[in-house]
Amino acid sequence: MSEIVDSQNTIKNGGNKLSATARKRQRQLKKMDNEYEEALEEAQRAEILLTEEQGFIETDGMEKSWRFSQDEIVKNVDISTANKRFELKLNDYGPYTIDYSRTGRDLLICGKKGHVASFDWRLGTLHTELHLNETANAAKYLQNSQMFAVAQKKYVYIYDHEGTEIHKLKQHLDPTLLDFLPYHYLLVSAGKSGWLRYHDISTGEMVGALRTKLGPTVSMAQNPWNAVMHAGHSNGQVTLWSPGMSTPLAKMQVCRGPVRSIAVNRDGRYMAALGADKTLKIWDIRKFEELDSYSTPTQGNSVHISDSGLVSVGWGPHVTIWKDCFKSHQKHPYLTHLIPGSQVQTTKFVPFEDILGVGHNNGFSSLIVPGAGESNFDALEINPYETKKMRRETEVRMLMNKLKPDMITLDPNVIGTVDRRKPHERLTAKEQSEKEAAALEDEENKSRDDVEKFIKPETSSKNSALRKFKRKHRKNLITERSMRVQKALEREKELRQQKKDLENNIQRKKDELENAFDRFK
Amino acid sequence: MKIKTISRSADAYVPAANTREAPLSRNMNPELHPFERAREYTRAVNATKLERVFAQPFVGTLGDGHRDGVYAFAKNFSSVNKVATASGDGVIKYWDVTSRDQTFSFKAHYGMCSGLVVSPNQESILSCGVDKTIKLWKINNDSDYNQNYDINNKNETTTSTTGLLKTYLADFSLMALDHHQTDDIFVTAGANINLWDINRNKPISNLSWGADNISSVKFNKTETSIFASTGSDNSLILYDIRTNSPTQKIKTSMRNNAISWNPMEAFIFATANEDQNSYLWDMRYMDKSLNVFKGHVNAVMDVDFSPTGKEIVTGSYDKTLRIFQTNKGHSRDVYHTKRMQHIFITKFSTDSKYIFSGSDDGNVRIWRTKANERSGPKSSKKRAKEEYDEKLKQRYADMPEIRRIARHRHLPLSIKKSTDIKNEQIASIKHREENRRNHSKEGEVPYVPERSKTVVGRVHKQ
Repeated sequence: MSEIVDSQNTIKNGGNKLSATARKRQRQLKKMDNEYEEALEEAQRAEILLTEEQGFIETDGMEKSWRFSQDEIVKNVDISTANKRFELKLNDYGPYTIDYSRTGRDLLICGKKGHVASFDWRLGTLHTELHLNETANAAKYLQNSQMFAVAQKKYVYIYDHEGTEIHKLKQHLDPTLLDFLPYHYLLVSAGKSGWLRYHDISTGEMVGALRTKLGPTVSMAQNPWNAVMHAGHSNGQVTLWSPGMSTPLAKMQVCRGPVRSIAVNRDGRYMAALGADKTLKIWDIRKFEELDSYSTPTQGNSVHISDSGLVSVGWGPHVTIWKDCFKSHQKHPYLTHLIPGSQVQTTKFVPFEDILGVGHNNGFSSLIVPGAGESNFDALEINPYETKKMRRETEVRMLMNKLKPDMITLDPNVIGTVDRRKPHERLTAKEQSEKEAAALEDEENKSRDDVEKFIKPETSSKNSALRKFKRKHRKNLITERSMRVQKALEREKELRQQKKDLENNIQRKKDELENAFDRFK
Repeated sequence: MKIKTISRSADAYVPAANTREAPLSRNMNPELHPFERAREYTRAVNATKLERVFAQPFVGTLGDGHRDGVYAFAKNFSSVNKVATASGDGVIKYWDVTSRDQTFSFKAHYGMCSGLVVSPNQESILSCGVDKTIKLWKINNDSDYNQNYDINNKNETTTSTTGLLKTYLADFSLMALDHHQTDDIFVTAGANINLWDINRNKPISNLSWGADNISSVKFNKTETSIFASTGSDNSLILYDIRTNSPTQKIKTSMRNNAISWNPMEAFIFATANEDQNSYLWDMRYMDKSLNVFKGHVNAVMDVDFSPTGKEIVTGSYDKTLRIFQTNKGHSRDVYHTKRMQHIFITKFSTDSKYIFSGSDDGNVRIWRTKANERSGPKSSKKRAKEEYDEKLKQRYADMPEIRRIARHRHLPLSIKKSTDIKNEQIASIKHREENRRNHSKEGEVPYVPERSKTVVGRVHKQ
């Protein structure tokens, strides 16, 4: 008993005894934490109350699921699902990019030649149809289906549900890619300019303009778990961005050649990237490691991940859907589909439905993919059956709870954790960044010396220490160190060549323009 | 081949009629609820901000108030909406709080009416004044009985006689009075402490201990035979009417202006002190106070416990009133208005939802105990939201941003300045003391806890 009392009285905080009030507060917090954990368990137990079941395909004997055509699937599903399979033939204004609203009820299609239409795809009621008479690269619904943004030839425009232009965002120059972070109310655009721009659409303020310094941005996707933007570049790199940081949070060398399309799954663990080198790469973005690689017969155009983890890949006229590819390497796809005589531009799974929307050169197709969607939605988060009143209430609630842009971090759960350092040890943001910069510089100097020590032109290129290092740390993650090693390796090669030339009595070519007047010879 | 797809029946999710609530399907999977922490924190910040946005503590005043300052107040403990007030010109008013109108009024005394109490049987009011009289008035709930004292009556020498049941004559001008909780006994304070039986014309005993004036007296409502008084000689005296004598007496560094007994813990009481603080006492251990409530910048004139015993309200000469939690040292809230003068009366309503304040300017003001709370029916949704917000605020109370918003109060410039000056003075006193401690022999200048500083001496009656 005395021990227990003693341990309670001497709860330590950096060697200091806590005051009585602090201890009391600590007990209160502990109690609250326990309540929280209990609630978690309860929530987990509530899973048995979920009413809806996931979709699936069950095959008998020799049947292969990837051989099933859409026609066969339509014959075997109930009538309400069969009605969701449809085609839109729009030959004149393609190729089409598409976007679904967050509830999955509305569909926005955007033809390259300026045809934009927003409609309820289940009921078939058209909200608006626009002919913009200029290139439209991408369209994106904002917080709900009442507003959408279109990346046009020069600027981004915002239209309301009736198609009235309500804003022209002049700061977004040459946009080709659009995305929207619903919890932060941020519209993100990227494109030919090589800048990533964040625009708060509730206040109209530009929150951040980030220069990628990697040429035009080829592809872009948001991580729905932590709101970090993934930008794909033409050198095969994927960079991770947060609006508060002018430099990327991470860089990954994903493939050789441009990254054509990126998708991140909803719990933010896996990224699928489609390269122009005909590969589909699966990455673990918590460990920054490549997990798996698939090849596409031709260059892919579009990749998307469904709520249940199905990966759809659009390449040429084909759509391939992979299942369980985050768990193990799959030999065969789950489903395939061919759209003859067309090129697939975008594939998007519909939230809370077993449907895949495909935008292509000749219009739009809606495909049935059993097991793609989350069957049990949470009505207080996103409700596909929301009424007008509920939609309005949700909008107000979302606005009230809008997150600050600087809350975007790689680990979203860092907010609300306790900084365990003592107050005088804690640094302000400025001191912190200064300290970090100094440490980085120190390390850089140190590792630069480290690396340059290894430049040895006398050894053969095979046995070079630098090459050994590269072999050992073969990772596609680009770090400062790997870049320095690469540089050192090149320098070593050059020195080795010089040495060889000297031995062979080959006169090194001197700089041809040594003398300013030489050019007149 | 067997294929199943999601096919929901809209009947299960769409409300059957416009008037019905939509069925809410929940899925607690964390993947469907991203940014849980950040969103919860944002909600906590918003809840705290909204609390401050909706903080409108002032409800209104009772009727047109009094012509003179309000110096006495009596609750009717059997009713929520009936109170009595008395002012410096000797007028007593009985109020209906719901309509904020006076039910009746009469001129009770020449000069100030200093003490007022509604007798526990709800049938009469006892009042005392500096004119050496104690008067017993009848409360009549009959609506025909609507006698109002005409304030324009220039004849200052007459007092009302309608409704007057009895007059008791004292030997000295009276400063305070209180009624026993159950018996027909009351106690008056002035030059002496006298115990009266309501049916007799002369006091039944004199309980004075020491020679000085007694300024306030209060019966314990739970331990009914005990009462306490404060005197102008800085004394705080406890009496027991079973032994018919005072039991103990302490002297504080400055004068106590008012007493209030904790209605839930019979041995606890609070006093309002002239030294700008209020003190919480345990009558069993009077060698130090239990808690010191700081914050006022002038003498505290009145103190009252909330019916739950968890909070006290104090009114001060600095024209503000403060609400303290009994286990905290600093005020939870501070109320003020431009026109309110020195406060002499602060009382909780009997349902603890409202606070009454009486001040020098003659008005009796009604305040909300929780500044952001609204009375009136609430939907279950609204109630759930309020409870959720309350929990959020509790959980994140220590976050710097939230703490700053929750603690911020606008104060009149004069109060702000005096607070700054006061803080400077206290710092300087502490500094001086510390210097003295550093330059004298160890242990010569001891650290005295703030709670025992105020007690100067303590005596038990043999």
